[in-house]
Amino acid sequence: MELEKFELGATPLKDSAIKEGKVLTVAKKPNLKYAWDNGPAIGRYLAELKEGRIIARKCNKCRRIMIPPRMFCELCWRPTDEWVYVEDTGTVNTFSICYVNWDASRIKKGEKPHLPAVIEIDGASPGMGILHVLGEVEPEKIKIGMKVRAVWKKPEEREGSITDILYFKPVRG
Amino acid sequence: MRERVAIAGLGYTAFTSVSPGSSYRELTYEAAVKAYQEAGIEPKDVDSFVCTSEDMLEGYSISDEYCNDQLGAVLKPAQTIPGDFLHSLAVGVMHILTEKFDIVVVQALSKASNMKTIPDLLNFAFDPVLNRPLDVTAYAVAGLEMNRFLVEGRATREQCAAVVVKNKGNALRNPLAGYGAAITVDHVLDSEPVAEPVRMLDIAPYADGAVVMVLCSEKLAPSLTDKPVWINGIGWASDSPTIESRDWSDAVAVRLAGDMAYRMAGIACPSKEIDLAEVNDEISFKELQHLEALRLFEPGQAGKATEDGKTSLDGTLPVNVSGGGLGVGHLFECSGAQKVLELVLQLRGEAGSRQVPGAGVGLAQAWRGIPTTSAAVAILSA
Ligand SMILES: [Zn+2]
Repeated sequence: MELEKFELGATPLKDSAIKEGKVLTVAKKPNLKYAWDNGPAIGRYLAELKEGRIIARKCNKCRRIMIPPRMFCELCWRPTDEWVYVEDTGTVNTFSICYVNWDASRIKKGEKPHLPAVIEIDGASPGMGILHVLGEVEPEKIKIGMKVRAVWKKPEEREGSITDILYFKPVRG
Repeated sequence: MRERVAIAGLGYTAFTSVSPGSSYRELTYEAAVKAYQEAGIEPKDVDSFVCTSEDMLEGYSISDEYCNDQLGAVLKPAQTIPGDFLHSLAVGVMHILTEKFDIVVVQALSKASNMKTIPDLLNFAFDPVLNRPLDVTAYAVAGLEMNRFLVEGRATREQCAAVVVKNKGNALRNPLAGYGAAITVDHVLDSEPVAEPVRMLDIAPYADGAVVMVLCSEKLAPSLTDKPVWINGIGWASDSPTIESRDWSDAVAVRLAGDMAYRMAGIACPSKEIDLAEVNDEISFKELQHLEALRLFEPGQAGKATEDGKTSLDGTLPVNVSGGGLGVGHLFECSGAQKVLELVLQLRGEAGSRQVPGAGVGLAQAWRGIPTTSAAVAILSA
């Protein structure tokens, strides 16, 4: 049997019982909105993504080139020292093939699974990567250690967001 | 005698209505760097970190996971309290009193300017089945409480307004405060009605800021600081969340938290032994209600004392010389931290033009704000 929604645990009250008024309910939609200040590190990172570039920060003590960038090194406990542009290519550190959407609803028949991956970015220190998704690749072809490259939105469509990169695709040949 | 816990390092940002140049990370980092520098320590010297954070205020689920980097707490023992900074301070004190931890760091942060729907968020604290469907503002809780307080003759409307005048005036002497102003009682009484009798100027406006403190054992204190401030007593208590049957004129949880802190500090007569107090004034009348709950004034006397100048900077018991929430800004879970910060500055004699002469013993009190009934109290001495 194919589940409509991914659920763990016992059988909860069904949505239909609530909709049909078979149980007593109250409903109120929360209106909770936030506008987070990004600060200098993430602010610059997003601004550079809009320009089609990936930028990192370097700590001159531990020599790490860190992305996403940060204004202080959490291990050395000191301010980071300089901005460093890194490549838009990298290596798949780990990945997963997801047959449910972000809200745990099952993907429709014929739809491609979601392919989140942690990509270690070329030019950043080993182990430094960003979480993104893979594209233009068959799920069964994905391998840890695979070389990938960013596929960017068109410049006029970019808005200073992590989604200015559409996905990472395998580097062929 | 029970061993005391020392505040050996103090770090803080200014308290401002917005802080667009920094994310929550850089705000806490700024405060942490200052606190560690004062105590001459590095994160590697810290045995445990206690942060203060509440998911709904930060806009993250499990927001405690986001506290560590900016404190240097990565790969170290760390935990988070969803309450006021004073609750976290209590946890830090307990860690040290176990004698298993010598140095503990306590942190709190407000990024109120990043919360775009605060009234909705406060409304969301109502019981979802019994209260929320009525579509009443959470500020109604302050109005209901203040009305009862006034009708019982505990204070006059003008006396409540005098709290606002005093605290915003005090804030003019505090370079960290965001809402200092020279106003009159009439300004308060003539401001926009919100939830009568509560008017716009009765409500502490929101502010951003971060505070970090380094705590240590009495044994270790001399090696970290030559100006320790001692935490002699700490207490906390909560009343029922039930709106329908809580006490509407007395802050019972504040009384219980205060008594717990007094017992630990060995204080028998608070009104004689406390030199200055920083109490919660999120709504003007709460300062009066809290002072009475803390036994610093007899019931019904705090309002008159305020009018007579007894709680002013040059009075017999200066209250909220920092400006309090009304003058510094309401800092949500960081509110109690601003109060302890002010006491530390005062007890060290570093409060500049608002210095209370001869400040020896201070009291800090926090309340978790409308519509809650949770409170915490700390007694500090030089
Ligand atoms: Zn480093």
